[in-house]
Amino acid sequence: MTAVEPSTDWTRKTAAEMAAALNAGEVTSVELTQAHLDRIAAVDGPVHAFLHLDPEGALETARKVDEDRAAGVELPVLAGVPVAVKDVLVTEGLPTTAGSRILEGWVPPYDSTVSAKLKASRMPILGKTNMDEFAMGSSTEHSGYGPTHNPWDLERIPGGSGGGSAAALAAFEAPLAIGSDTGGSIRQPASVTGTVGVKPTYGGVSRYGAIALASSLDQLGPCGRTVLDTAMLHEVMGGHDPKDATSLDEPVPACVEAAMQGATKDLTGVRVGVIKELSGEGYQPGVEQRFEESLERLKAMGAEIVEVSCPSFEYALAAYYLILPSEASSNLAKFDSVRFGMRVEKDTVEKTMLATRAEGFGDEVKRRIILGTYALSAGYYDAYYGSAQKVRTLIQRDFAAAFEKADVLVSPTTPTTPFKLGERIDDPLAMYLNDVATIPANLAGIPGMSLPSGVAPEDGLPAGFQILAPAHEDARLYRVGAALEASLTEEWGGALTAQAPTLPINTAEVAK
Amino acid sequence: MTATRVSYDEAMQDFDPVFGIEVHVELNTKTKMFCGCANEFGAEPNTQVCPVCLGLPGSMPVTNEKAVESAIRLGLALGCSIRESSRFARKNYFYPDLAKDYQISQYDEPTCYEGSLEVVLDDGTVVEVGIERAHMEEDAGKNTHVGGSGGIQGASHSLVDYNRGGVPLVEIVTKPITGMGARTAEVARAYVATIRDIVRGLGISDGRMDQGSVRADVNLSLRPKAPAGEDQDAVPFGKRSETKNVNSLRAIEKAIHFEAGRQAALLSAGQPVVQETRHWHEDTEETTPGRSKEEAEDYRYFPEPDLLPVEPSREWVEELRATIPEHPAKMRARLKDEWGFSDLEMRDVVAADAVPLLVATVGAGASPQSARKWWMGELARTANEQGVALDSLAVTPVDVAELQGLVDSGRLNDKLARQALAGVLAGEGSPTAVVEARGLEIVSDDSALEKAVDDALAAQPDVLAKIQDGKVQAAGAIVGAVMKATRGQADAGRVREIILRRAGVEG
Repeated sequence: MTAVEPSTDWTRKTAAEMAAALNAGEVTSVELTQAHLDRIAAVDGPVHAFLHLDPEGALETARKVDEDRAAGVELPVLAGVPVAVKDVLVTEGLPTTAGSRILEGWVPPYDSTVSAKLKASRMPILGKTNMDEFAMGSSTEHSGYGPTHNPWDLERIPGGSGGGSAAALAAFEAPLAIGSDTGGSIRQPASVTGTVGVKPTYGGVSRYGAIALASSLDQLGPCGRTVLDTAMLHEVMGGHDPKDATSLDEPVPACVEAAMQGATKDLTGVRVGVIKELSGEGYQPGVEQRFEESLERLKAMGAEIVEVSCPSFEYALAAYYLILPSEASSNLAKFDSVRFGMRVEKDTVEKTMLATRAEGFGDEVKRRIILGTYALSAGYYDAYYGSAQKVRTLIQRDFAAAFEKADVLVSPTTPTTPFKLGERIDDPLAMYLNDVATIPANLAGIPGMSLPSGVAPEDGLPAGFQILAPAHEDARLYRVGAALEASLTEEWGGALTAQAPTLPINTAEVAK
Repeated sequence: MTATRVSYDEAMQDFDPVFGIEVHVELNTKTKMFCGCANEFGAEPNTQVCPVCLGLPGSMPVTNEKAVESAIRLGLALGCSIRESSRFARKNYFYPDLAKDYQISQYDEPTCYEGSLEVVLDDGTVVEVGIERAHMEEDAGKNTHVGGSGGIQGASHSLVDYNRGGVPLVEIVTKPITGMGARTAEVARAYVATIRDIVRGLGISDGRMDQGSVRADVNLSLRPKAPAGEDQDAVPFGKRSETKNVNSLRAIEKAIHFEAGRQAALLSAGQPVVQETRHWHEDTEETTPGRSKEEAEDYRYFPEPDLLPVEPSREWVEELRATIPEHPAKMRARLKDEWGFSDLEMRDVVAADAVPLLVATVGAGASPQSARKWWMGELARTANEQGVALDSLAVTPVDVAELQGLVDSGRLNDKLARQALAGVLAGEGSPTAVVEARGLEIVSDDSALEKAVDDALAAQPDVLAKIQDGKVQAAGAIVGAVMKATRGQADAGRVREIILRRAGVEG
């Protein structure tokens, strides 16, 4: 060892910086990947962002990328940059559980389209991240494998359902991560961990191989620490897939270009609509304060701020909690012990199915299966599922009217900064209210982003800023998001995550 | 349950039957309804499966456009309207052979609806059957219960084969059919036969009831006969039974006979008919109760969120309409006239499923009678011996027409033609190729024949004397000898002429 060059901590870099450094030969993918694996070993014990790690697979991918790069082979933009994958995504050869005990040990024989795209993009997959069971939850406390802890405060929730992916980013365990968003499961964790997350337009990213929660609401999306990184991953994930009938047959939005445009901090002529209904009662003062400051920044960059009203949002949560459980009750029927996953053997197939589902599913999953089964039952369908679908139409109309007045709509992503683990676990309604601002986008199929607006003065914890755009206009999120981020980081001197407290280092693991 | 069964005829004396039929047609698309797996009957269990038809977590269905096309064509052949936008729905129930534990089907928006079909009975009576809907769905896998009696009760374990899971089906549902009285069983049979003929004519299914590619469920209820002079339609329907998986034409008649007799006996004894699903037993020709409708499951239908609506353009539907063949019964009547067949001849051809073969053979140039003679004679015998269907013999209608052409042109006699056909069936090539390879052609060279005749006459001078004596029929012995000498390759008539001429007798 020749000393004393201060070694670069590659885990603190952005994905864009890592890609550039790889290209420039300043670092190898093996070094990058190993750095992240080391970081995971050092800090993931108390964070518990990962359910499964694949060091061999990740390093193998990295090695091949390095070889090809050395040989002058042309490589995809993010080739060699490691990524973490939410355990909702089916990955061939890697255990996939969707956070449920009922799938413990299941190793899928096929790849989801997004997994296949990550592999085609030559990105080392570090492992699978923790989540609420079948993506049902806002805190990861409903994971069958124990909760993830927020790197900002290990006693607090990292959001959910994609708390693992968001925590991995905030803990510098991965520069990029895949999430899925059915009612806010990308954006709410991003908000409470000070990271960035995007739910694309419904159909913008293939759902093939994403274990379904509510098929008409689910959408996979990119997670990162910066808007540009997130845009880069979005472009890797997106695009038409003949295996997903609901996939949009149109080109991937030019997210990176929009992010770079936004970074010039010129929002002249952009109309920003503030959703009146997503403020006030229930919103933490510090969250609202950061939101207002962000609006001022947008205005300072040339944006026009207008107020819009979406009166039907009042019914969004109720409609969501009818549609989601209804679809979920059907989607989760296949977990019956016959072909894969857990089997609790009894003397008849019917009893075996019952016993397996009784043991394999957690309480929240059972709660929603019961709700959905009830809502779809003969005689109740019209009153519940039918009415909820009508509310969905009303919400779509609210958005359509609002987008007449504004190019993007904005709100705080979540009403509060992260609450403490255990605080709402026995109060499902309080837990559900966490998603009041994120759910409408899923009901309408429009794209949304959450990015940090700062830490709330009262608790020093991250607050999130949500941007929504009309369907197919995902690029607008990146333009406005990148502008706000540029303005904020100028003041902060870097990404918000750099302000997170230092995590305890497991020296025993590091020493290995 | 003490009421005994009465005969069908007795039941029909006292009651007015109302029935309806659900026919499931397995489409013969290359791939399954929602994935790319092969749609073929008879493969090794679980070899035609993928994440989609196994219902693995994360997998998603994609609609097979060819299946949609087949369904629309079938709907058009049944006189249905085609919905501009129709949806798939999920029918939710747990069963091991149902990979996703829901079946993708159509519920409130079937693609084809409100049709009607003419059914022609054996005596020429035409009955119009109302079609309520024809909708698309996927088949389930197949359970095999091991141990016990083969049923799920008492089985030690069960095996599931998902090859059939996801095979495309069209389910055709009739409206309630009334006013058929004692002809109910006959109408039911003729209806299913007509559906089978239509799907074959469309080429969308092989229509093999024995392989389950056409399956019928028969609903039947009885109501009291209205008093004389009163309107039968004013009498409300009785409770119905639904007999599942009645899988032959004969079984359809038998199942209706059984159910009518069973229900009539119950009603006559003042006992209620239970609304229930019943199972048909081919061996005992009886139905036994399945689950009753009171405990029937609630399928919790809702629109399938993984699929887009089916929205066929009007132009496409009209293009498909132009491909619909004529009604099989009408086509048969027309062909019978064109071909000049007797009722009996036509009925035999229909019963042997040989109509398409005759059409093709006549189309290839053979006369209708010669085509019939080959297919219903030599070839039917061969098929019977081999235990295969006529159309799976190794001979094409073009071969048959070519063979007949060789006979008509005098190059082959009947015996040689049969030998040539045997060669074709043995895979030796076309009839002409077989004739050449085997040297089967008739000897038409008179000088060669004359020599053979002279040799035969010289060998049998007593016969020659008889002929010259006026006993012309004695020439048969010489004909036989000549045929033997030429290995059958002579025209017997021509040989006879030569014999008589050589003997100095004019025939």
